[in-house]
Amino acid sequence: MEYSAKVLEHFATPHNVGKMDDADGVGEVGNAKCGDIMKMYIKVKDDIITDVKFNTYGCASAIATSSMATDMIKGKPISEAMKLTNKAVVEALDGLPAVKIHCSVLAEEAIKAAIKDYYERQNIPFDENMFKEDTCHYCYKEH
Amino acid sequence: MQVYADNAATTKLSKTALDAMMPYLTETFGNASSLYSIGQEAHHGVEAARETVANVLNAKPEEIYFTSGGSEADNWAIKGTAELMAKKGKKHIITSAFEHHAVLHTLKKLEQYGFEVTYLPVYENGIVKPEDLENAIREDTALVTIMYANNEIGTIQPIRELGAICRKKGVWFHTDAVQAAGHLPIDVEKDNIDMLSMSAHKFHGPKGIGALYCKKGIRLPNLIEGGAQERGRRAGTESVYAMAGMAAALKEANDHLEKNMVKMTSLRNRLIDGLLKVDLSRLNGDREQRLPGNVNISFEGVEGESLLLYLDMQGISASSGSACTSGSLDPSHVLLAIGLKHEVAHGSLRLSLCESNTEAEIDYIIECVPPIIERLRNMSPLWEKIQKERGIA
Repeated sequence: MEYSAKVLEHFATPHNVGKMDDADGVGEVGNAKCGDIMKMYIKVKDDIITDVKFNTYGCASAIATSSMATDMIKGKPISEAMKLTNKAVVEALDGLPAVKIHCSVLAEEAIKAAIKDYYERQNIPFDENMFKEDTCHYCYKEH
Repeated sequence: MQVYADNAATTKLSKTALDAMMPYLTETFGNASSLYSIGQEAHHGVEAARETVANVLNAKPEEIYFTSGGSEADNWAIKGTAELMAKKGKKHIITSAFEHHAVLHTLKKLEQYGFEVTYLPVYENGIVKPEDLENAIREDTALVTIMYANNEIGTIQPIRELGAICRKKGVWFHTDAVQAAGHLPIDVEKDNIDMLSMSAHKFHGPKGIGALYCKKGIRLPNLIEGGAQERGRRAGTESVYAMAGMAAALKEANDHLEKNMVKMTSLRNRLIDGLLKVDLSRLNGDREQRLPGNVNISFEGVEGESLLLYLDMQGISASSGSACTSGSLDPSHVLLAIGLKHEVAHGSLRLSLCESNTEAEIDYIIECVPPIIERLRNMSPLWEKIQKERGIA
């Protein structure tokens, strides 16, 4: 198992680390038992994600995917952020080892969870089907 | 500063071992089975190595069989005994819950073939209780296999007592001594051991070579069939240079055993004391009954792989029992066996020292770890939860 230079770069100096006291939406996915928790905070203005922060408990790829995924949605309209796939994050990181792909899935889900939270707080109607269930699909185990 | 602190994974080849190997990698390249002089010289190299290994363990040379390493020795002892004993209707094996995978996975395989395996608990301190073994032995028990010292948390098992129970009950006793050989005094006679596995690269010998000690009178069926090497018990042209390197490294380790143990224990204790100053940290495994070079500490709220990769960026090589480093979703079975919760096991760090580590290196580790823990905790939602539960944040 080897990480790409891009993964190590984002792990060594992750972007957008931190919490946000005045976030418009907060999403948390993963669980401690599996060893990954990602929490993302977004600030939204005129449907644009003006700022994003993350806090992650997890391995190097969990931290790197959080960093990359937050970079990829910063300054983007919500509609575009909703389209961000884990595959795009993996590609932007020049790949992830097969056993670490679930980290990129968590990053995608964390962003969606934060957007869903924003919609709920603002009472903006949305289609539930747009959001995956907040479960750890890759564990196949009871928690 | 570069600090290698993963000696339980592997060690640096010693100069003595390398020097012992070089002749067989150069001029004395003959096949040890050949009758001409260059072959006979190689043969003498094999037998000299066997005698050295035997002497260190207080065994007879004919009780030592060279293998490709510890895993092969474990496989051979367990599968061989299983095959023999199954013919006598004995299909029960006793082991501990936290053996190396070379033992556990071999036993899992045997379970598929109808063997029943009892996994003795190792309790919070990581040590098997002899009375548990005594109670577990049955009429149909074929083998007891319990490691000498654990590879992750370094706890030393009461081998002599366990062996005595096996002797009393007439059951063969195998021990995986891969982490113990060259690090602890081993005497197969006094320790009541029937079979013992070891691996050279754990004590500054080369990789790809190990040995199985098999007490005289125990005739295991072969694992590797082929030529008549190792008295017809283990086929394959002898890797003479590796055997010579293993013997030289083991002798060197044994000659300095007491001195090394004192030095490493002192370094180990300094490291444990230094790291336990970190908030919500715990030492895994018994503090006293542990290998002189083993430190295994869990830091709550952080994940081990991130920790060890940040340490690597500071020049420190270590390992972790987190799921992410095991390549699966579960953390180390060893840490779960001593009762750690998954999330605490994920935050474990193993530092394994050798006699050439220095106090300055230990202090460097003690200096590097806390800021990394703090950095990881600052970005950890799990730590945030832990702090809330403690009423701190």
